[in-house]
Amino acid sequence: MDLYEYQAKELFGRHGIPVPAGRTAATPAEARAIAAGLNAPVVIKAQVKTGGRGKAGGIRAAAGPAAAEAEAARVIGMDIKGHTARRVLVESATVPFEEYYAAFLVDRAEGGFLAMVSGQGGMEIEELAATDPDAIVKLPIDPVAGVDADTARLLAAKAGLPEQAAEVLERLWRVLVAEDALLVEVNPLICTTDQRIVALDGKVTLDGNAAFRHSWEDYDERTGSLEDRARAKGLNYVKLDGTVGVIGNGAGLVMSTLDVVAGAGADPANFLDIGGGASAQVMADGLEIILGDPDVRSVLVNVFGGITTCDAVANGIVTALELLGERGRGRPIVVRLDGNNAEVGRRILSDARHPAVRQVSTMDGAAEMAARLAAGA
Amino acid sequence: MAIFLTKDSRVLVQGMTGAEGTRHTARMLAAGTDVTAGVTPGKGGRSVDFGERTVPVFGSVAEAVEQTGADVSVVFVPPRFTASAVEEAVAARVPLCVVITEGVPVHDAVRFRALAGGATRVIGPNCPGLISPGQSSAGIIPADITSAGRIGLVSKSGTLTYQLMYELRDLGFSTAVGIGGDPVIGTTHIDCLQAFQDDPGTDAIVMIGEIGGDAEERAAAYIAANVTKPVVAYVAGFTAPEGKTMGHAGAIVSGSSGTAQAKKEALEAVGVRVGRTPSETARLMRSVLPKAAS
Repeated sequence: MDLYEYQAKELFGRHGIPVPAGRTAATPAEARAIAAGLNAPVVIKAQVKTGGRGKAGGIRAAAGPAAAEAEAARVIGMDIKGHTARRVLVESATVPFEEYYAAFLVDRAEGGFLAMVSGQGGMEIEELAATDPDAIVKLPIDPVAGVDADTARLLAAKAGLPEQAAEVLERLWRVLVAEDALLVEVNPLICTTDQRIVALDGKVTLDGNAAFRHSWEDYDERTGSLEDRARAKGLNYVKLDGTVGVIGNGAGLVMSTLDVVAGAGADPANFLDIGGGASAQVMADGLEIILGDPDVRSVLVNVFGGITTCDAVANGIVTALELLGERGRGRPIVVRLDGNNAEVGRRILSDARHPAVRQVSTMDGAAEMAARLAAGA
Repeated sequence: MAIFLTKDSRVLVQGMTGAEGTRHTARMLAAGTDVTAGVTPGKGGRSVDFGERTVPVFGSVAEAVEQTGADVSVVFVPPRFTASAVEEAVAARVPLCVVITEGVPVHDAVRFRALAGGATRVIGPNCPGLISPGQSSAGIIPADITSAGRIGLVSKSGTLTYQLMYELRDLGFSTAVGIGGDPVIGTTHIDCLQAFQDDPGTDAIVMIGEIGGDAEERAAAYIAANVTKPVVAYVAGFTAPEGKTMGHAGAIVSGSSGTAQAKKEALEAVGVRVGRTPSETARLMRSVLPKAAS
């Protein structure tokens, strides 16, 4: 779960990392009022969860309240790489004397944590890694010992940061640990002309698995999309651009099904994993979400009975179609059942004689039929 | 033969008295597993009747190990208690700890992975476990979809594991290991490749990967340098869009890294044949296996 810059900075502030004074605005008038309250030149920053805001014109300077209102009017509603800026962060303009880069993250390859610090900040870290990899100090962090004052001083010294940056690094580590973050990144971390260290930007990715020990309700964004509706029902759904709706059990099998559909010449409309115990209700919820997508022209249900037996899954599909009534009739549903009790499951489906359901015994064959049906053949 | 788990393995189940724990303990017993103990804090001294076998419950892993000689732990406790359960198994120096639980915080996984060090092999979290068909099963992989044989399998995905085990059920498996799809896991593709290479009971290896991270690329480099047995592979997620998590927490393409195409190319570059579909992968295995057995 990625946070907005303003949310990241709120977390930084709570852990004692200096950030510029500021607040978010959803309208130009609010931006004007915030700028007036700050009583200083401000920066208007588009709040979007993607990089490259500056180049896209999403970060603008304003000398006073009137300019802040005008600039906010230009930025609010702006589209940056497919993300709409619904809010702007209005904060005191803070001039860097020097710019640095600092991050702590989960290192998947090593199964541990990694510090990345550089005396060169401001540009994208991928770009810096490509042009001047030696400029980035990388240090694996012992997950049990963590980052203490000595480690922080060592990091700052190695990367060529001033001494007073060490304390900020130590606090940034605390953000990673205390907030169950997978990534905390400050780019740029700056030193002002009066020698203060300030986080001018912030990126934080939280671990959704740790939600049970935090109060993250404020970070939930509900837009009423199919993805939100699916999440509310506990389903794992990702909307894609194609016309073949896909339901399966297990993340790997569903990903594989999308690939096989693409290989059959059609584009999948979604990823939907109903998980291990595919009850009738879960199957009905899944079908309802998929059929709620007007782009879907055929549906492919691909289930391998492992723990769940295929007769249970078939009964689930039959009950789901009863629950859906007319809504389940318009578009063809291709079902492939394999694995435990596949024969019984297939018989249950054929005996039900639902007009929308067609059965194919192999995954490849089922994907081909679903692709053909979506193309209108 | 097999890797990590054999007919001599003595299995304890952490969380055996919970609904999932009880259900899967019964299945493990039916698959021939020697389940010697259950562990539930505060419920020591009881026992659970599974029909043909009554399994004693202990209040701690240390006690269960001392009393029964268990050398494998399977963890079925909820995410918020998983870290302490694994740390308990590590402290009791259980050689193999299989963490089935889904939804374990990544920080917890990093921590128990570090604490385990070299003394305890952790498999998972968020994995189906492992099975050596005809010998033992530690986890939730169904035993009745396949048979014992000489193929080794390692996979990030549960259902794709089942799919391949089923398609190749006539040839059979030495051991199938589901390592899990989380960003941080205890046992990697490479650990399993190494064990299969060293296992005289394994003739060929199926490796199943998916988008996210660079484990498959690292495995490819390892295969080139260390694995002489034939390896076929399958990678899921060619159609996954950038920046979207596809079910497994670790299955995400970030920028240009972690793509299925890059993984396929890395594997093919070292001579590993990569199937376009699970079925084609099974056919590839059939084509390499006779050569290995002769």
